[in-house]
Amino acid sequence: MNFPVLSAIVLLPLLAAAWVLLAPGSEDARAANARLTALVVTLIELGLGIALWLAFDTSTAAFQFVERIDLFAPFLSWHLGIDGIALMLIVLSTFLMPFCILASWTSIERRVPEYMAAFLLMETLMIGVFAAQDLFLFYLFFEGGLIPMYLIIGIWGGARRIYASYKFFLYTLLGSVLMLLAMIWMASAAHTTDIPTLLTTNFAPDVQVWLWLAFFASFAVKMPMWPVHTWLPDAHVEAPTAGSVILAGVLLKMGGYGFVRFSLPMFPDASVRLVSLVAVLSVVAVIYTSLVALVQSDMKKLIAYSSVAHMAFVTAGLFVFNTQGLEGSILMMLSHGLVSGALFLCVGVIYDRLHTREIAAYGGLANIMPRYALFFLLFTMASIGLPATSGFVAEFLVLLGTFAASTWLALGMTTGIIFGAAYMLYLYRRVIFGTNADPHVLAMADLNPRELLTLLPIAAAVLWMGIYPESFLRPLRVPVAGILARLHHAAAPPQHVVPAKGQLR
Amino acid sequence: MIALQTLGQSVHLASVETILAAGALVLLMIGVFRGDRSLVPLTWVAVGILALAGVHLAVVPSAGATAFGGLYVADAFSTFLKVIILGGAAVSMVLALPYLVQAATGRFEYPVLLTLSALGMCLMVSANDLLTLYVGLELQSLAAYVLAAFHRNEARSSEAGLKYFILGALASGILLYGISLVYGFTGTTSFTALHGLVRGAGTADLGTLIGLVFILSGLAFKISAVPFHMWTPDVYEGAPTPVAAFFAGAPKAAAMGLLLCVAVGAFGGMTVDWRQIVTFVSIASMLLGAVGAIGQTNIKRLLAYSSINNVGFALIGLAAGTREGVTGVLFYMAVYVVMTLGSFLGVLAMRGSDGTPVETLDGLAGLSRTRPGLAAAFAVFMFSLAGIPPLLGFWPKFAVFQAAIDAHLYVLAVVGVVASVVGAYYYLRVIKSVYFDEPAPAFAPADSRTNTALLTLAALFCSPLGMLAITPLVGAAGRAAAALL
Repeated sequence: MNFPVLSAIVLLPLLAAAWVLLAPGSEDARAANARLTALVVTLIELGLGIALWLAFDTSTAAFQFVERIDLFAPFLSWHLGIDGIALMLIVLSTFLMPFCILASWTSIERRVPEYMAAFLLMETLMIGVFAAQDLFLFYLFFEGGLIPMYLIIGIWGGARRIYASYKFFLYTLLGSVLMLLAMIWMASAAHTTDIPTLLTTNFAPDVQVWLWLAFFASFAVKMPMWPVHTWLPDAHVEAPTAGSVILAGVLLKMGGYGFVRFSLPMFPDASVRLVSLVAVLSVVAVIYTSLVALVQSDMKKLIAYSSVAHMAFVTAGLFVFNTQGLEGSILMMLSHGLVSGALFLCVGVIYDRLHTREIAAYGGLANIMPRYALFFLLFTMASIGLPATSGFVAEFLVLLGTFAASTWLALGMTTGIIFGAAYMLYLYRRVIFGTNADPHVLAMADLNPRELLTLLPIAAAVLWMGIYPESFLRPLRVPVAGILARLHHAAAPPQHVVPAKGQLR
Repeated sequence: MIALQTLGQSVHLASVETILAAGALVLLMIGVFRGDRSLVPLTWVAVGILALAGVHLAVVPSAGATAFGGLYVADAFSTFLKVIILGGAAVSMVLALPYLVQAATGRFEYPVLLTLSALGMCLMVSANDLLTLYVGLELQSLAAYVLAAFHRNEARSSEAGLKYFILGALASGILLYGISLVYGFTGTTSFTALHGLVRGAGTADLGTLIGLVFILSGLAFKISAVPFHMWTPDVYEGAPTPVAAFFAGAPKAAAMGLLLCVAVGAFGGMTVDWRQIVTFVSIASMLLGAVGAIGQTNIKRLLAYSSINNVGFALIGLAAGTREGVTGVLFYMAVYVVMTLGSFLGVLAMRGSDGTPVETLDGLAGLSRTRPGLAAAFAVFMFSLAGIPPLLGFWPKFAVFQAAIDAHLYVLAVVGVVASVVGAYYYLRVIKSVYFDEPAPAFAPADSRTNTALLTLAALFCSPLGMLAITPLVGAAGRAAAALL
């Protein structure tokens, strides 16, 4: 392929952001220009993402669409390329972006050009993270994402936005800098910053443990895993709707992607050694955060805690070292990206009308906003993991994988699913059912066409992933097999599961 | 290395210094006869002199050569730093013009003193002997003392000048004492000779070691490293803003270059001995610079702590003591000077609607609404100083951390990154004021095209676009480091 499609998909939003900021005109004209440019560019990005998906060769383990220019020697090079996992996450990012722009169409009134520029910049950095093939280029995108998100939370956020923005920034920065030191060590030990080369480099097992822990510090915060998850509820609650969508939909996936891309294949011995650490943290997270979610009175906070719980499924599935667990985890990332993004959009819809996120303020929406109730139901069910939705496929695969590794782990995870059903249904009952005499609530209009347009495609994707997951699983198969081969090299448990034996292990 | 040279050859090799010395005297003469109204033309003539001196950097032979009987050396190392020094001094001259004209202290001595200071700095980085070092350092410092008290009618400025002078004189005394000890115990003041004499830990006797400690202390004062940093916030706050911008830029780079010359060049054999000192100073500067800045409400004081903090990071590279480390320090100083000058340009551009300078952090509130371009530049500088990729300010930190990891200084590296997170907090505070807070009273529009252009250039350099400069800059820094090691 001669056309540098990855560079284009990475850099196009950046150029658009520059144009949006620098465009001349009156304030209203600039705002209109910013909205339109952002929408058109994110749609082009979506088109490019789908084109990548269609042109992608699922039969090879090699990185595809590779581009390399030694632009920043001696520190790093502009080196891009994707495998199936990166592809799916790029498609997810480009898919969610137009809805973020649409969701902010009218709800953002102040400083629209800056807002749209921040989102476009965010898109560049997100795609860059998944496409980077150079260790420090990855770090650059990974860390650079803090800047637009800090501004998004801090400028357009809620009442406690400043506290939340600081917490978000400093928390994630502290995790990342330790990873940076580990990366520098790796680069000088292996004499390369090339990710594909590092993927086949065997570091000494004792060193791997230190490197693994340093990477873990970063990814665990980003993921986020219990007990370093506390920045997430604050950031989610204060961020504007579209900011929450990106945060839950894509930024959290960077942590999971980091585990898949770095921790597992680069430090297989350490991963095998430290598996119990991850398993314990995952089980604690899934049960603890589900219980915390159950008592929340703020909708966004509830969904934020549910995100932590879902991410615990991802970490549990990644560290059981079998095909089902790994594929399930990656699918869980995709599914959660869609579902939690959609749930935040749903919250945004009613927040725009009533300007409160308190669950107690709502009720009886089934009568007032029937179409809204339908969509909210679908996404609630997808979050719980009802069959035919994307959540089911992902949770089922993860449970299958964890069951093979340890029935106790599977027991913990299943408990989490039950709690998950409890808090989501409880939320749904309080918001949608019942009666409400508040005239402001009664005056709320049902979904308008723009809102329908944001929710409908996501709903379709959720059902597609639930009914025919093969489209999404096919690109994952070869890379997952590659990671398992690396882990097997470090004497991991058996790779394929025969889910028949019923004894406790 | 030729022992006997004609004076002409030496002067030719030191043409940069010759031009600066002659130029400063000519400027002084013009100023004396034409009075203060000549400030603006004199400034541009001074910039021309600096530029001329810069052009003469090309005569330096790539292999390096000594002059004046080995007292003076011109090589890739000094050339690299002289570019920073001349550039920093020229920008400091130009950026001061609107301020000086406005503040009615537009005295013609300003460009003259800066030229003399630049001459001192060029001598410092070309020193090949402890005495040349001292002469250069004193010339630079004396000019700086006067500059700090440039607002002689204002108590704050006079206090800053006096404080700087007394503490600076003390530091010079300590430095001289160290030089005399080293001379007494080794019998030489030449870097080349010292490098040959002091080989490996334990070969130097206690007197030399104590002398080295004193020399390092004196130099630590000049780079405002902890525990010799106390003067920095007061002097930066009290001195006129353009002067503070100058102090934070070129002299820091020159003094850091000097420190490299002494530590790696002259006492390169004693790396194990001085590494512990440098490591301590580095950790203390990073942490104190980061923590001390948190409570500041004056942006100039905040930038003073920021410079302490940044010096600590640069010293990580010196602690490594390798060629990679020296490269990192040089790269760091080059980027640091641009970031700092840019930040001060931003501070200078902030004036209330009545034209009075705004220096408090609260005064910055809502700058993004009233002056979006300036606010964006501020954001670039602050994220860059905080070391957040993809801004250019991240990469010098990266370079010194890389050197530290390769030298197995893991504790130093970990403390360094943690300090960078603490430091990020107060840079974020500036951005918070600029972007998140509701607007304070409106600012006056930009008053100088030149300053706006300089600010834009600095912001572009620190932005991700500046990453394209990594390859040439690190390449030049690497060649400079190779000349030293």
